[in-house]
Amino acid sequence: MSLLKISNVWKSYGDVQILEQLNLEVEQGEFVSMVGASGCGKTTLLKMILGSEQVSKGKILLEDNPIPPEPNEARGIVFQKYSVFPHLTVLQNVMIADEFSASSFLGRTFGKQKRLIIEKATDFIQAVGLAHALNKYPHQLSGGMQQRLAIAQALMKSPKILLLDEPFGALDPGIRKDMHQLIRKIWKENKLTIFMVTHDIQEGFELGSRLWVFDKPRQDPQAPTAYGAQITYDLPLTNKVQQEAGHAIAEKYTRKVVNI
Amino acid sequence: MKKLMNLEPSRSLKGFLAIMPFILILMLYWTASNDRLAENPYDKLLPSFTQISDAVERMAFTEDKRSGKYLFWDDTSASLYRICIGIGISAALGLILGMLSGLLPLVRSGFSPLITIVSLIPPMAVLPILFISFGLGELAKVMLIIIGTAPVIIRDVQSHVRQLPSEILIKAQTLGASTWLVAIRVVLPQIMPRLISAMRLSLGTAWLFLIAAEAIAAQEGLGYRIFLVRRYMSMDVILPYVIWITTLAFAMDFSLRKLSELCFPWYHHQEAGK
Repeated sequence: MSLLKISNVWKSYGDVQILEQLNLEVEQGEFVSMVGASGCGKTTLLKMILGSEQVSKGKILLEDNPIPPEPNEARGIVFQKYSVFPHLTVLQNVMIADEFSASSFLGRTFGKQKRLIIEKATDFIQAVGLAHALNKYPHQLSGGMQQRLAIAQALMKSPKILLLDEPFGALDPGIRKDMHQLIRKIWKENKLTIFMVTHDIQEGFELGSRLWVFDKPRQDPQAPTAYGAQITYDLPLTNKVQQEAGHAIAEKYTRKVVNI
Repeated sequence: MKKLMNLEPSRSLKGFLAIMPFILILMLYWTASNDRLAENPYDKLLPSFTQISDAVERMAFTEDKRSGKYLFWDDTSASLYRICIGIGISAALGLILGMLSGLLPLVRSGFSPLITIVSLIPPMAVLPILFISFGLGELAKVMLIIIGTAPVIIRDVQSHVRQLPSEILIKAQTLGASTWLVAIRVVLPQIMPRLISAMRLSLGTAWLFLIAAEAIAAQEGLGYRIFLVRRYMSMDVILPYVIWITTLAFAMDFSLRKLSELCFPWYHHQEAGK
């Protein structure tokens, strides 16, 4: 049984076909990087897995059950921005995840229960390297630190799937490298299944254990929106040889599609 | 020499420039008043500062012969009571209805067109209806303030809820929040500073409707007094009353701003950083 099964999924907005005939299976513990030209539907697929968008046709199964049609705890998300709550400090931002489930009326905890949540939250904050900023508000943090915070938040719920929507797109190259290390460490330590949308094909290769390349195999010049994108390459990246073979394809692909 | 648009006044110059217009107006008034009084000592249009302070003494610090009350303070407390209840209820309505319709598409569909239409009714036009249905007592005046300010606050809160990034609301759901928890722990704290600024903006409107209602039917109140003494052309009473109303309005605005800065420091830092 695979963790996530995408069977014959199509997605369109009115007449505009975005994605077509996607058939994919993802096992527990995989790290899938999704690359492709902008507007090709990779974020749409991510949102369908998240539950904030619905499929037009076909099915997405999470552990053999239809995936819930709205966001919930099973799937964590880190967006490019606006991923953290501006009115809470770093510690509160991470604590709130467990406070939601601990207190369904007030959403706040007290006494011993609160101390336990603080401990757990502090551990995750330490893991992402924000221990020095516990009591700061997000607007006092740099972009990279905000993304670290968003990751710590998502980890609190130990989601079956962690979705990353261009999480490092707004960061400086140096900070990006640090974040790559962090996310790889977190992926291995927590045995997560990660889907990451990225514009940076290099990033896709470095991080993922599997790479999906989105492209339109069919084109109608008279009606450019008539056909949607498919996953044209599904590359495993688990060893060096595959990595290098992938790079060759990627370079060809980069010249062809991404830099237009 | 820098360009004019790049010249910033120093701290002391800033203070001086701020006070200057007030001093100029006072001096202008003083000369004009002196001139008129020199010509006709019984002129009522521009009373001298002594006449004004006599009037204040009479209204605020001497018992009224007929009722045995200090009229100025009675007027003040009556007006403040009405405006605080009015604005308070408007803010509560604005918060609850604005959040409901901003957050829940089901409520929004049913409620939004109604509130848009209601907010376009000129409140003064329904004042007679209020007097007929609620009598001439406190309720009608408070209702006028509510009708005048609540729709604006509701729409303001609603639009601010809708402007919250959808990422924030989705994120909260992935952390396990129900609709209720999203409302009270994510939306409410983020909307509170905006509610306060909406209240500050509608204070001017609230005073307008309060004074209008008091002018038409009341036994006490700042607006009532101004319109009452107008019959005797008592500028020496009207002027200090107007200054007092302005001071009260300023004090309410100022304390709301300070309250907001005290309770929601993150909001004000964020705004300052933009």
